[in-house]
Amino acid sequence: MLARGEKPVFDLSKPTVRLTRRQFVAATILGVTLPPTLRHAAEASPEDAAAAMKAILGDAQARVGKVTLDIPPIAENGNSVPLTVSVDSPMTLAEHVRSIHIFSEENPLPNVAHFTLGPRAGKAQVTTRIRLFKSQKIVAVAALSDGSFWSGSAEVVITLAACIEE
Amino acid sequence: MAKALIRVPTEAKKGEVFEIKTLISHPMETGQRRDEMGRPIPRDIINRFVCTYNGEEVFRADLFPAIAANPFLAFFTVATESGELVFRWTDDHGNTQTETARITVV
Repeated sequence: MLARGEKPVFDLSKPTVRLTRRQFVAATILGVTLPPTLRHAAEASPEDAAAAMKAILGDAQARVGKVTLDIPPIAENGNSVPLTVSVDSPMTLAEHVRSIHIFSEENPLPNVAHFTLGPRAGKAQVTTRIRLFKSQKIVAVAALSDGSFWSGSAEVVITLAACIEE
Repeated sequence: MAKALIRVPTEAKKGEVFEIKTLISHPMETGQRRDEMGRPIPRDIINRFVCTYNGEEVFRADLFPAIAANPFLAFFTVATESGELVFRWTDDHGNTQTETARITVV
């Protein structure tokens, strides 16, 4: 604890870095005026994605398998990346996919889409186009009619990110 | 509300699994961006899509800002009987748009 009137060593409410004009110009050129945490303050983390997954899974664990993500390994433009997710399932009344959930580890928000299917779907495959803020891992979790959860993932490299253009 | 495109076969065999493709024009504003004055641009997305086949729900999507502008969705269903497919999109303000397509099952 600090005594009354004593200045804290690191006061987070005020900018701590004082730069001369010359240093400022140099820093601007190097692109280091803001710490990375401030530049991407709104970014989610793999922990956020895990928390979003937990909301779907509850106490269950998703086993790896059955779920396939078809996404280009390198995408030029993160504003629209085609994604097809399919689940190995006969899609019968007795054995079908109830839902598919897509998560992003590095977007500002971890949730991407939740799809609700059923035996009437006939085939457990959904295609859409997604936004990606940066190169990252995309995870899909499928909830099956027998109560089990399965997951699959894919890595994508983005050369032009979504979300940042004004 | 917006222009929507739907691709559904007009005819299918009973029991056949067929693909449905939908596209609707919408900016899907993420709520993450700022305008030129630095003010946040409020989120405005289509957050829900539902497809029913003769009144029974066959596919539903809950969408988030990570879905690209002009949301595209392709999915499958089984041809059970002749009838009507209804597609309904709902945005953040509760506005909905409905499109329909007829299918003949032989």
